[in-house]
Order: sequence, then C-alpha cells, then structure tokens
Amino acid sequence: MNANDNGVCWSCSQTAGGEPLCAHCGALQPPPRDYFAILGVTPRLDLDLTDLQKRFYDLSRRLHPDVQQRKSAREKQYSLEASAVLNDAWRTLGDPVSRAEYVLRQNGFEIGDTRSRDVPAEWLEEVFEMNMAIEELDGGDAAARGQLELAGKRFAALREETDRELAEQFRRWDSTGNRETLEEIRGLLNRRRYIRNLVRDVEKALAG
Amino acid sequence: MGTLEIDFGDSAKGRVVGIDLGTTNSLVAYMGVTSPEVIPGEDGARLTPSVVSYGASGEMVVGNRARLALLTHPQRTVYSIKRLMGRGLADIGEELKLFPFRIAAGSESVLRLELGERSFTPPEISAFVLRQMKKNAEAHLGEPVRKAVITVPAYFNDAQRQATKDAGRIAGLEVLRLVNEPTAAALAYGLDKRKDGIVAVYDLGGGTFDISILKLHDGIFEVLATHGDTHLGGDDIDNLLLEIGLEDIAGEWGEDIRGNHEAVQRLRRAVIEAKERLSTAPAARIDLEHGHQHYRREIGRERFEKLITPIVERTLGPCRACLGDAGVAVEEIDEVVLVGGSTRIPLVRAAVERLFRARPHTELNPEEVVALGAAVQAGILSGEVRDQLLLDVTPLSLGIETMGGLVSKIIHRNSTIPASATETFTTAVEGQTNVLIHVVQGERELVKDCRSLARFDLKGIDPMPAGMARIEVRFLIDANGILNVSARESRTGKEQGVEVKPSYGLTEEQVEGMILESFQRAEEDFEARQAREARLEADTILSAVERARQNDAWFDLSEEEQRAIVVSINELLVAYHSEDHRLIRALIDKLNTQTMKLAETMMNTAVRTALKGTKV
Repeated sequence: MNANDNGVCWSCSQTAGGEPLCAHCGALQPPPRDYFAILGVTPRLDLDLTDLQKRFYDLSRRLHPDVQQRKSAREKQYSLEASAVLNDAWRTLGDPVSRAEYVLRQNGFEIGDTRSRDVPAEWLEEVFEMNMAIEELDGGDAAARGQLELAGKRFAALREETDRELAEQFRRWDSTGNRETLEEIRGLLNRRRYIRNLVRDVEKALAG
Repeated sequence: MGTLEIDFGDSAKGRVVGIDLGTTNSLVAYMGVTSPEVIPGEDGARLTPSVVSYGASGEMVVGNRARLALLTHPQRTVYSIKRLMGRGLADIGEELKLFPFRIAAGSESVLRLELGERSFTPPEISAFVLRQMKKNAEAHLGEPVRKAVITVPAYFNDAQRQATKDAGRIAGLEVLRLVNEPTAAALAYGLDKRKDGIVAVYDLGGGTFDISILKLHDGIFEVLATHGDTHLGGDDIDNLLLEIGLEDIAGEWGEDIRGNHEAVQRLRRAVIEAKERLSTAPAARIDLEHGHQHYRREIGRERFEKLITPIVERTLGPCRACLGDAGVAVEEIDEVVLVGGSTRIPLVRAAVERLFRARPHTELNPEEVVALGAAVQAGILSGEVRDQLLLDVTPLSLGIETMGGLVSKIIHRNSTIPASATETFTTAVEGQTNVLIHVVQGERELVKDCRSLARFDLKGIDPMPAGMARIEVRFLIDANGILNVSARESRTGKEQGVEVKPSYGLTEEQVEGMILESFQRAEEDFEARQAREARLEADTILSAVERARQNDAWFDLSEEEQRAIVVSINELLVAYHSEDHRLIRALIDKLNTQTMKLAETMMNTAVRTALKGTKV
C-alpha cells in the first residue's frame, strides 16, 4: 500500500502534497508504514517528545476512524490502517529504548540476547557480590540488607550512566548516520537491559 | 473476528443511537440538541430489564413484562445473558451453578439456550433486547433507526465483543462502534466541563467490573490503562443473599426449594429489593410467601457489608494494577467517576473514596451515564459532536502460539487501538501449502493459560522448499477492539487467503443465517399478527350472522339465499384455522356481501319497530 510514492491522489488525480490528506480534495491517502513517516518527522534517535506528542494528537484528530466515519469504504480502510500505524509509531518512538530498537531493526540488526562483551568485566565482581548478599539475606542474615541497598544504588547509578551514554550515541548517529554507532547503541541497550534485571533482582530480594 | 463489511456508501445519513446493553438493564439514548438524552420505553421506564421471554404463543417479550414472566414462566425466560456472550460450553460451569440457564443439546460447538420448545444463541437473545431498544428509539424519534453505538465492558475479550456486534447485526442494526463502558461514562461527564486532567472510572455493574484511567487533554479522551473482571458484579451480591435465603428456608421449612424455579426467582427478586433498600436504609427485610409458608428475614447494613466485603475487595486489586499500568500515582488522579448500579452501595463508595483519596462524582445517574456517553460517541460518529475524540486501548495482550505451547506476544495490553503488528511466517516442510496460526488473548506465558481466540489457516501457498515462503501476516485490532487478520506473500505481494476458525462464538455463515432467520421471523410474526386480526374480524361477523339467523329477517330470505350464506359460513370456519389471513379476509368479504340483504332487512325491521315504538 504505497500508492503515495508518486504523490498523486487516488481520488482526484492531482498532486496530494505528501500529507495524510490530499491537499487538493481532502481524501485520505494510503498511509505509510514507516513510523517516522507517519508522524511526519525525519528519522532520528534524539527526538523532542513534546513535539512528537503534539503531532500524535493532531494527526489522531485527522486520521482516526471516528473522524473518517462518514467517508467512503476505501477511506475508512485507510483511516483504520493509518490510525493503527500512528498509534504503533507513537508507542514505539515515544520511548527511547523501543525507538532505538526500531531503528536498529530497520537497519538490519537483530534485537536479541545479551552477549558477554556487552557487560563490562569490572561489573562481574559486583554482580557476584550481589548474588552472595541475596543468598545471605535469604538465609536470614539481616546485615546483608545494607549491602544490597548499596548495590541497588550503584546499579541505579550505572543505569543513569548508560542512559547518558545512549543519549550521546543517539546524537552521534543523528549527525553521522554510521553503522558503528548503531553497533555501539545495540551494546548499550543490551547493557541497559542487564542492569534493569539486576535492579529488579535487588528490589525483589529487599521486598521479599 | 472481524470481516470486511461491504459499504454501500450510504453511511452518511441516518441517526445513530447509543445503546447500553447491560447485564441487568439496557438503555438507549440519543444526542439531543445540546446534550445526550435517554429514550424511555413504551411503559415510560428509562431502564429496560435485559430479560427475554418466549411466550407460549410464539411471541418474544422483552423488558418489564419479561421480568414478570421470570416468575410465571421461568422455563421460557432468560436474564443476565450478557454473562454468556462469546463464551463456550466448557467455560461456563460457574455460571451454570448460579443461573438457571438451560443448555440445549448440541451446544458443544455453538452454545444454545432452551426457551420453551425453541433454542437460541446468546447473541440472538441479546438481539431481542437490542431490537426492543431500536423500537423504543424509533417510536420516540419518529424515524427509522438503523445505526448504533453499543457499549461493552472494557475488559471484554475479542469473542465477547464479536458476539455483541453479531447481536447488533441480528437485530438489524449497523454497529458503527463498540465503546468501552467506562470510557463512555467519561465521555458523558466530559461533555460540559472540558478540562485537562487524569480521571479514574470505576464501573461496577450487574455482572462485570471495569476500572479505566484516562487522560483528558483538550477534547481528547485518552485511555492510559484498563483492568477488570468480566465476572464480578451485583449478580454476585444477589447470589450471596440468595444463598442465605435458601439455607434459611431449608432450615425453617425443612424443604430445599432450589429445584423450584419459580420460588427461586421470587426469592431472587426479594433479595434484590432488600439489597437496593440497604443502599439508603439501615436495614431491610427479605420477604417471601410460598404456598402457605412465609419466610421473613431482617438484614442490617452491618451484616450486609460484612457479607459483601470480599466482593468489594476483589475490585481493589484491579484498581491498583491499573494505576501501575497507567504509570499514574494515586495523588495524580483529579477526578473519580462512578458507574453502574452497584456503585450506589455505600460500602463500594467508601472503598473507592479511600483508595483514590478523592470524592467520586455522582452527579449523573450511575445507571444512565454509560448510555449517555454512548450517545455522545454516536454524535461524534455522525458528526454532530466535534472536537472530541476517544483513544481507547485493548484490555488484553494478543499473542500467537509458538513452539512448545508458548505464547509470543505481538500486541501488548493497554496499547492504543487501532493497533497492529506484522509477523512473517514460513513453511516447515517442502511443498507445504498452508500454515496454521493459533491466536490467543491473555497475559500468561503458556497457550493453555490464555484464551484461544481463533485459528487462522493461511491457504494456497505455492509449493516450494521449506522455509522459502515468506508470508507476511498483519494483525490489526480495530477501534472496536476486534481483531482483523490479513496476509500476503511478501515477495509477490499476492494477497493470501485466510480462513478463520473462531474458538468461541459464531462463524460469519452462522451470523448470516441468524440475520436471515430473524428477518423471516419478523415476517412470520407479521403474518401471525395479521392472521390473528383476521380471526377477530371473522369472530365478529360470524356471531353477528348467527344472531341474524334467529331474526325474522332470516326467514324472509329465499332458500337459495339462505343456502349461499350457510356455505360461506362453513368456508370461513374452515379457513379460520389456517394461517392464511388473506383467505380469511376474502371469505369475510364474501360473507359480508351475501348478508347485505339480510342486514338491510333487519335494519328496516328495526327502524320500523323503532318508529312504531315512538308512536305508541
């Protein structure tokens, strides 16, 4: 469904103007499947969320099936497609991590399991100690609690640091567009996922 | 399961009504000049009990009259049918324990209930309620009504939604949208005070519980998260009270009345009345007379609250989960809206107030607010209401079965709808020409713990080596929360045939059959009424002729004239017992013509007698 490519409106055969609705006759055009395209932004990783949300709401008001209810069957079908893609796009691009994963997938990367090199070696000792502390706490050693709380704080700090690094790499990719940066970003995402699991385990141990 | 509907381009015209198809009561409303209005029924009541009774002479009775039939003809009457919508025989065991539903034979494939000598599917029974709503609206508005917005519990799954849509179609309604009940309520409240904020809608109805958290933003009603329980509501409270009554009676009278449908229904009515009184009074009496025996029990507010506390507690877990899913802290909730008759119960109100730390809104009647909101949504769809838009979510995750009976989630719950996901499938062996996809709904990891939605058979794949085919399947949840599936071969772009086998509910062919049958039934009903009316006319003329035959005027007729009349009478008597109203009418006319002279003579005699009388 990419009739938009030639920019000619299916309804009035005039130039549609590349907008969701034909600039000439107002007929709803076949929607793009690309998340950046449907939101009308150039593909970037460093996005202004306020602007993105405003676009999402404005486009919803124009594309939603409720608004297109009294149109032709064809436009109603486009409206359904367009709204689905728009909602998927906002859900995906509105979150930095899923946004990066989307861009990685678009560039042929597989989003998969953490590889050992994504986790710095100096963390391993820390993780080992954390596991010990969890065991001790489970065994009834209340002293381990303080140790775990400390570990939790350190992991949270690591997560923040990873987020900062990610933001930096996002900007780098936006300006260079090179593949090595994406490779770097994939590593950071895996690392972030790993830290998230650590934080979760610590919280669970402290709550239990 | 959605199917593409043929659009004849005629959807721009005609009024759209909003219908709240409730477990206990149903309402219809429309968008008035400035605000939505509830349309009363024939008897002036705004609520129509969702009760359907199949009369002994073949007519369908809906509403208050059917509720009376619940006492007199419990075997021909059904209530709370919403609890069975979109469900299969295997998963209604709990329902059967509590409700006197009579399952027809052969319900393994399609669930059917027995009413008298006929059997109906739940969508067909709901369709009778919807048809009544349609009729009420048409009588009130003075124009035909063919389009509707129907509300469903937010937590309804795909099969339950599809069953509701089917019911609408069987009732002769084009269902423009299914709207989630709590969202509709927010819409009803938001109409006159448009401001930004976070709203929690707590909806405890007759049979279902929903909680939704919405963000209001410049006319956009964006649902952030929803949670609920499709089997939790006022019915459960009724059943607790009923159980007490049944046990008391067994103790006092030494008789178990469970098997006596009529007595159980009357006790049910009595406990419901007591429950309703307890919302305003400190105590209420359950009162039942049965034959020469009399059961009475006083129940106080305190005892009642203790009894229902577990039910109220059960609503709080979903509320907390919903807050978490929405990413909203309790302090951020600006408004709380109460929906559903069960929120009249003081204990429920107190629990909601305590949880959300806000005094809930009750300005609108909690039993009407959903219908009012449905009317607003109808107004949005018809273009009467502008600048307002609902963005709702899907309540359950959608997944596909993968190796080892695991679920791979493709659309997560609380995703804004319409929502979609595209997955690529391939063949496992050489020459394979079809691929079966099993789609489930639910949050669990294993297929067996989720609810099977349907099996999609991708057919007509060109034979090629294993793993070569690339079939792109698009799963799209529409604005009604119903799944649509399409597929294409990604290299050729060729549309791929998809055969849908719904796990519950009706196939497209079955729905079509029911729509047809309902038309035929409507026609049959019409014919039956015509025949009834013709027979009444025949009664009138036959008794008149019979009286005339005692009159002197009869003997003034020639023998031939007398014989012709007698023949006509006999012909009419024969036709009388047929269903052919046209024949009955023709013979009435014939008899009328033949007795013209007789009538004239009688008239003249009468006039003469009268004239004589004045002279005397």
